[in-house]
Amino acid sequence: MSLGPHADFIIAAYALALFVVAALTAWVTLDYAAQRRILGDLEERGVTRRSGRESQ
Amino acid sequence: MPAIDLANPTKFLALVSRVLPWLIAATVIFFAIGLYGAANAPDDYQQGATVKIMYLHVPSAWLGMFGWGVMCAAAVGTLVWRHPLADVAGKSAAPIGAAFTFVCLVTGSLWGRPTWGTYWVWDARLTSELVLLLLYFGVLALYWTAEDPGRGARAAAILALVGAVNLPIIKFSVDWWNTLHQGESIFRIGGSTIDPSILTPLIVMAAAFTLLFVTLQLAAMRNEILRRRVRAMRLMQAQQFAEATS
Repeated sequence: MSLGPHADFIIAAYALALFVVAALTAWVTLDYAAQRRILGDLEERGVTRRSGRESQ
Repeated sequence: MPAIDLANPTKFLALVSRVLPWLIAATVIFFAIGLYGAANAPDDYQQGATVKIMYLHVPSAWLGMFGWGVMCAAAVGTLVWRHPLADVAGKSAAPIGAAFTFVCLVTGSLWGRPTWGTYWVWDARLTSELVLLLLYFGVLALYWTAEDPGRGARAAAILALVGAVNLPIIKFSVDWWNTLHQGESIFRIGGSTIDPSILTPLIVMAAAFTLLFVTLQLAAMRNEILRRRVRAMRLMQAQQFAEATS
């Protein structure tokens, strides 16, 4: 596959798209881990949601 | 599971846990096929290999607009029914739609330099797309800076509905005004003007990007629901502390 005389522009476009997709993926993955960790900490300290208590 | 049950955040979370692995697998498979097709597609007779930027640029442009459409649908749910899941959907779609709009603008700029001789020109298509990105920033600012999340969500919902005016402007700008950006070449009366050898990988890449958007949207909605649970539990903790010390 030859990218011709404008290979730099093509590679830059694909690199940017890859970076943005990787950043979005990292954001949802790390955010999920963080929220799960905080929820776990709160539950360990005995804090429950009102709806959680009612269902028990 | 009846569709109405999905309005329940707990049931929604259970559904997301089940479908996310399948969505991730489908996204990876479609990207593998799409990228293989894009790499092996022939060069354009005028633009040469730079046409390969189209496989990123066009799906990103569609998803930038699709993201705003999701926010508009969510805005109706927020303003009419005040449903928290609609608010969650709108808030989750904003950064994803903004990211795709950003990719569209930058890849378009990188495609424009070798084909037009310039990175940027203030024509109607490019300017309306930039306006879309600025509108996304406005919505994000409302969601992220409002002291009361409910008020922030309602303000963002109103901006989403007002900003929807920009969607037909983006779509038809190349017909309404004389633009450097090319006219419609895919969805047009009389069929696409793109050769199937280039169009087929583009359709597969568009499907891959759409699957990626849906995957990220569901994952971000799951995170937002958990964030709201954390907030509710912290408020509960503060209330318990206040009661114990009073």
